Amino acid sequence: MPADLFAPWDVLLGGVLAGLAFGFLLQRAGVTRYDVIVKQFLLQDFTVLKVMFSAILVGGIGIYGMQALGVEVGMHVKSATLLGNVLGGVVFGAGMVILGYCPGTALAAVGDGSRHALVGLLGMLVGGLLYAEAYPWVKANILAPVDLGKVTLPGLTGLSPWWFLGALALGATLGFPALERWERRRASAPAPA
Amino acid sequence: MSPYLAGAGIGVLSWITFAVMGKALGTSTTFVRAAGAAENALAPEHVARNDYLTRLLGTAAQPKPLIDWQFALVAAMLAGAFLAARWSGDRIREVVPPLWQARFGPSRTVRFAGAFFGGVLVLFGARMADGCTSGHSISGGLQLALSSWVFTLTMFGAGLLTASAIFRRGVRHAG
Repeated sequence: MPADLFAPWDVLLGGVLAGLAFGFLLQRAGVTRYDVIVKQFLLQDFTVLKVMFSAILVGGIGIYGMQALGVEVGMHVKSATLLGNVLGGVVFGAGMVILGYCPGTALAAVGDGSRHALVGLLGMLVGGLLYAEAYPWVKANILAPVDLGKVTLPGLTGLSPWWFLGALALGATLGFPALERWERRRASAPAPA
Repeated sequence: MSPYLAGAGIGVLSWITFAVMGKALGTSTTFVRAAGAAENALAPEHVARNDYLTRLLGTAAQPKPLIDWQFALVAAMLAGAFLAARWSGDRIREVVPPLWQARFGPSRTVRFAGAFFGGVLVLFGARMADGCTSGHSISGGLQLALSSWVFTLTMFGAGLLTASAIFRRGVRHAG
């Protein structure tokens, strides 16, 4: 166990400022609401998709843009343990619909006053400990068999990252206006019987 | 706030955490570290024998501080959302959400059991995948990481199937 309880104060100050902004933005985006998140998975509300896609596109252009301009930006790519990514994704997706939150939005929802999200946080703590118990088996049978390392799509394909970011930008430019038109039509149409 | 604008704000926030702080937004590791630290107070020998917990929390010989960058981020997220809700006057104090109530009824016990079980799955899945919607979908997605796009697409597909299995019929009947 750590003898030092705290990281250096400037590191913690950065975390606090980033957390304040992140929690603020999630609440203002409306994704602290159970119904908003679950209705994304019922394809009845696309707020989650809009938030995530915008964050990925703007973030990606900035990070790869800074690198192209010669700014030192360290990457934090996670290993492609593909079996773990897939099976973990399945368990996570099912859990996210039942809880109605992911870890980040559950934290923001507790700040927003959601009582059931607080129970969800307790479940997450237990889920974390259960994973720690299962880790030796998971590592040997799920993580170790397929591990491609910290690979990115540009690294894997040999293509420039701007092809991928360009494709995402094109998808957003064409897709989101169409989505907005569809939502307006749907809102003005009479409710289905 | 427009969801596009809020999302773009999270993207810009990522520029700052990457370039200035040398960190990527992520939350789920902190849940394991916090739970592991609590377990350590009760059963230190058990924690010392667990590879995963010692990797995250460090050992007596090589300690890692419990309150690190992500821990501060996670704690401050609660405060950031609280302030946003207070300033805008739309704090919810929700116990049983409308959609859940339409399907499973108004019992808070049933909803709390569902939230707890869902929370267990969410964190177990996040750790198996090595990230959640923050660490994988947003931070990994914007880096164009293979692991993150595989996680995000699978997670979304599983969510669609689960939501359809649980709610499709009930929601139609209710609405």
